Amino acid sequence: MPRVSMTVNGRSVSGDVEGRTLLVQFLREHLHLTGTHVGCDTSQCGACVVHVDGESVKSCTILALQADGAEVTTIEGLAKNGELHPMQAAFREHHGLQCGFCTPGMVMSAVDLLKKNPNPEEDEIREWLEGNICRCTGYHNIVKAIQSAASSMKG
Amino acid sequence: MYDFTHHRPASVDDAVKALAGASDGKFMAGGMTLIPTLKQRLASPSDLVDLGGIRDLKGIREDGGKLVIGAMTTHATVARDATVRAKIPALAHLADGIGDPQVRNRGTIGGSIANNDPAADYPAGLVGLGATVHTSKRELSADDFFTGMFETALAEDEIVTAVAFPQPDKAAYVKFANPASRYAIVGVMVAKGPAGVRVAVTGAGPSVFRLADAESALGGNFSADAVGNVKVSADGLNSDLHASAEYRAHLVSVMLKRAVAAAAG
Amino acid sequence: MPDSGPDTGIGASVKRKEDFRFLTGQGRFTDDIDRPGQVHAYFVRSPHAHARIKGIDKAAAEQAPGVIAVFTGADMAADNVGSLPCGWVVTDRHGQPHKAPPHFPLARDKVLYVGDHVAVAIAETYAQAKEAGEQVAVDYEELPAIANPAKAAAEGAPQVHDEAPGNLCYDWVMGDEAQVDAAFAKAHHVTRLDLINNRLIPNAMEPRAAIGEYDGGTDNYTLYSTSQNPHLLKLILCAFVFGLNENKLRVIAPDVGGGFGSKIFCYAEETVCTWAAKKVRRPVKWTAERSESFSSDAHGRDHVTHAELAMDENGKFLGLKVETTANMGAYLSSFATAVPTYLYATLLAGQYTTPVIFANVKAVFTNTAPVDAYRGAGRPEATYVLERIVEVAAREMKIDPVELRRRNFIQPDQFPYQTPVALQYDIGDYDQSMDKALEMIDYKGFAERRKASEAKGKLRGIGISAYIEACGIAPSAVVGSLGAGVGLWESAQVRFNPTGSVTIFTGSHSHGQGHETTFSQLVADTLGVPIENVEIVHGDTGSVPMGMGTYGSRSLAVGGSAIAKACDKIIEKSRKIAAHLMEASVEDVEFDKGKFRVAGTDKEKSIAEIAFTAYVPHNYPADVEPGLDETAFYDPLNFTYPAGVHICEVEIDPATGITEVVDWVAVDDFGKVINPMVVEGQVHGGIAQGVGQAMLENCVYDMESGQLLTGSYMDYCMPRAGDLPSFRIGLTETPCTHNPLGVKGCGEAGAIAAPPAVINAITDALGILSMDMPATPEKVWRLANQHAQAAE
Repeated sequence: MPRVSMTVNGRSVSGDVEGRTLLVQFLREHLHLTGTHVGCDTSQCGACVVHVDGESVKSCTILALQADGAEVTTIEGLAKNGELHPMQAAFREHHGLQCGFCTPGMVMSAVDLLKKNPNPEEDEIREWLEGNICRCTGYHNIVKAIQSAASSMKG
Repeated sequence: MYDFTHHRPASVDDAVKALAGASDGKFMAGGMTLIPTLKQRLASPSDLVDLGGIRDLKGIREDGGKLVIGAMTTHATVARDATVRAKIPALAHLADGIGDPQVRNRGTIGGSIANNDPAADYPAGLVGLGATVHTSKRELSADDFFTGMFETALAEDEIVTAVAFPQPDKAAYVKFANPASRYAIVGVMVAKGPAGVRVAVTGAGPSVFRLADAESALGGNFSADAVGNVKVSADGLNSDLHASAEYRAHLVSVMLKRAVAAAAG
Repeated sequence: MPDSGPDTGIGASVKRKEDFRFLTGQGRFTDDIDRPGQVHAYFVRSPHAHARIKGIDKAAAEQAPGVIAVFTGADMAADNVGSLPCGWVVTDRHGQPHKAPPHFPLARDKVLYVGDHVAVAIAETYAQAKEAGEQVAVDYEELPAIANPAKAAAEGAPQVHDEAPGNLCYDWVMGDEAQVDAAFAKAHHVTRLDLINNRLIPNAMEPRAAIGEYDGGTDNYTLYSTSQNPHLLKLILCAFVFGLNENKLRVIAPDVGGGFGSKIFCYAEETVCTWAAKKVRRPVKWTAERSESFSSDAHGRDHVTHAELAMDENGKFLGLKVETTANMGAYLSSFATAVPTYLYATLLAGQYTTPVIFANVKAVFTNTAPVDAYRGAGRPEATYVLERIVEVAAREMKIDPVELRRRNFIQPDQFPYQTPVALQYDIGDYDQSMDKALEMIDYKGFAERRKASEAKGKLRGIGISAYIEACGIAPSAVVGSLGAGVGLWESAQVRFNPTGSVTIFTGSHSHGQGHETTFSQLVADTLGVPIENVEIVHGDTGSVPMGMGTYGSRSLAVGGSAIAKACDKIIEKSRKIAAHLMEASVEDVEFDKGKFRVAGTDKEKSIAEIAFTAYVPHNYPADVEPGLDETAFYDPLNFTYPAGVHICEVEIDPATGITEVVDWVAVDDFGKVINPMVVEGQVHGGIAQGVGQAMLENCVYDMESGQLLTGSYMDYCMPRAGDLPSFRIGLTETPCTHNPLGVKGCGEAGAIAAPPAVINAITDALGILSMDMPATPEKVWRLANQHAQAAE
């Protein structure tokens, strides 16, 4: 079995995987980082979004071996020293989550948006979220949370 | 997904060798189409030759007035690259509308065109802009590269290395996205440049095609009015749950007008 | 200090207690759980809509790497595992019970839909199980299939079940047909409308999952399941499927990622995992791939309806007649029969004084996935019929649609109001909601906005939907008399811990609704304890005494009322202890904000002190038991009747048919509100699902082959952020008269109200009377085109 090594949430990790092992399987099954979820099999729902080398990607559509040597950040790595990341805090403040299943991917995607566009308009936020499906919130409060995080992160 | 042996060569030559040594190997670029296909067990290659480790295939440069985009350059990179945005903003816009942000962060131009999905955006971009495809073996025009539904002129062991785009005077890409998959139901690239006026349509047919009537109408008068009467026959166009052939034919006319208006504006 | 002020008490938008774990990736969903020694299950499913199983050869699969066992329906039959039951008996118009063909967890002789369960392969890894499953050779004899509900009862249609001739599950009526005919005979105008309520796939974001576990030492089973109602699942599995004593099965529904109805039911997969755990003596885990969710979660809606509304010359409604064919799918899911009957026809009065109503519902079997409750369950279908036909009537009668509704609204002084379709509404004020909604949307300014849209080349329309729903399900005696196999009470246990914190055990289940917060607010406010000292426990039959679960917007109205009752018991017992400690008579001890005081003195004891005394009863009244831990059951006296008005505006690009929802106003009367933030969130989500139904979502089967054509997100269009506007939410309040909290329920309102609002707006923009959902761009373009041609 090939060996894969990467940095996940600042920690060096490695493991023996199959060629077909997806990054999300490596995270969930090998590292027991179960915050990253699988909600579909066609790369559309975005519940599995993590950052690979600083870019948001769907971890269900990348092989673990493709992330060999990469820096990976998952939802578990976002809060620092017990303090929520401003995006996590904004989701809580604005009720941007209900069942919580899409939330990790949604938050990771939103963090990437603000990296690329620190002052997004409402329609830019909605467009960015094309790859993240939420069945609970109607997106209203997710959009509000991201707007709020944008202002607080500028702050 | 069935298991396979994963290879990550560092050069095009090594990639070709790795494929040659496999009983049923396949190249993988960004994997945005291939991995879902494998997950659905619609393909079962013995070996996957991952092109992601080949540095030479990444990046954007200008060469003799042409914009040369490495095959493994992601859609996101094309969309935000300053040179692309300055020289061919229509191409940056096209790249910025592919899939979703996460797909754009992994999906590549080479992978997209090698797959030639009838609803993909890049084929219209390449054909509309009159691009040249560079492969591990040769250079060929976009017109010659795309040969049919999910089919290209590529040989089994041939790798797209780059795509070279001439700089148009005016160009625009407008698409009508499938509301579910966000692929193009109809996408139209219109360009006026060194190669004359070119109009390419994706999503509507089995593969990208040019619209000769529109090109000749625009040859004399590059304005939305000039294509006001261009009608497209529904014969041979795609028809599915989301759009009938008749609707697609209509949308080609509408997207054409809008693309010309956007390009001319 | 007890913290029951406006910041954490009833009425405050308290931030959710459950959020931290979800936001930091520490939620615990079923698939996140691994049990020691677990193995994995893969289900072999039918590729055919209708076929006879001539034989199953599992020899190759059994030899595949990592395989532990391969089971088929015959193995389950040998163990006497029963059929998955339908828990509601509908009595047809001839007094006969509905046809209830068996539904075995693994098919025995025939498969009846694409995705039907044929065999299960169990292996060390999921990949091995799947590879083994692919080697199970099933010899099928394909049979003709019927997928179209409108044609299922036709002569010569393929028969799904021998037990149900003509594919008829029941032919059911409500109301007096002769009276309705008489009303129609004297009508000034009759509006007629044909409608299809499109079939939907629920698509909770967390796919269903299950882990079955068996303990040979105790002969006990544990099932982890993505269930909205673990107690109910336990009851069904034990009493109906396994014939097992209920003390032998514990069901745990941990964090559940959305349900919307689809996780109420007892499914084949969790049944098989539980049963197989004993066979293989290892925990058996299964998690659905999304494609399996599409093919085998219970679907929603799927009605074909003809409706007629009779009016006098002033537009006063004289009578309503509705004929509906409802698709049950291939088998009856757990509550399928009740949805198009008691949750549908009973709502056909809406907010109106229509004096006589007759409904005839024919439920049919087809070779499609089972259909059951999906957010709103019957009530969206009723509201769609009513709010569409009222709109069409207004256009035909040339009466403003607001005015026509107002002329027929039940007036505040008419409550309690007995409808002609069994329900008695306790309270409401429909003009008030309408007034507020019209003001919020600026109804008078619509003509100007339409002009502005026209100047941009767009068609603009406005659509109103005045809905009512019956929720807070349900008075047990009432539903029992209508055929329900269970009681629909709820239970709660309120336990003071010795040092003053409180643990609440509730039979309601939260899968996004925020119970951990809302119920904590209720308890903190009632008992006067800090909200952070309150813990809500739910979703485990091993710790929660009893429960019926969460559906039908019942959790607060029924589950919350049970908590309130248990809190009352706590206070009454504490009062006796406080009286003893303060040497006062019980009648003189008052309770307020967490303190017991002797009236007219400065003597007081906090409830935390009382709790400590109850567990350390050194100085204690002789006639009181130690401990402070009370259980209550609450059985509602009536349904609750949330109602309101939603108004939306759309803009259509006639060249492409692309329709944009540009504004949305929702004014809802949910009675008392505990947490407005949570309530608004529920409304937002409901509207999104309703807009999804109206514009985007459609489950399509090939009508010939019965193949599911919308089996992934590539083809089934989920609402995304870019498809929706921001919503403007208003509330009005007429408190429910018959539960202790005055609450009505809010979970389904948006999904009920939204679809007719959207279609009313689109048809208004297009200048037409009717169209079917979903209003896809192509459909809208075709209609806009006809409209343009007609206008020329």
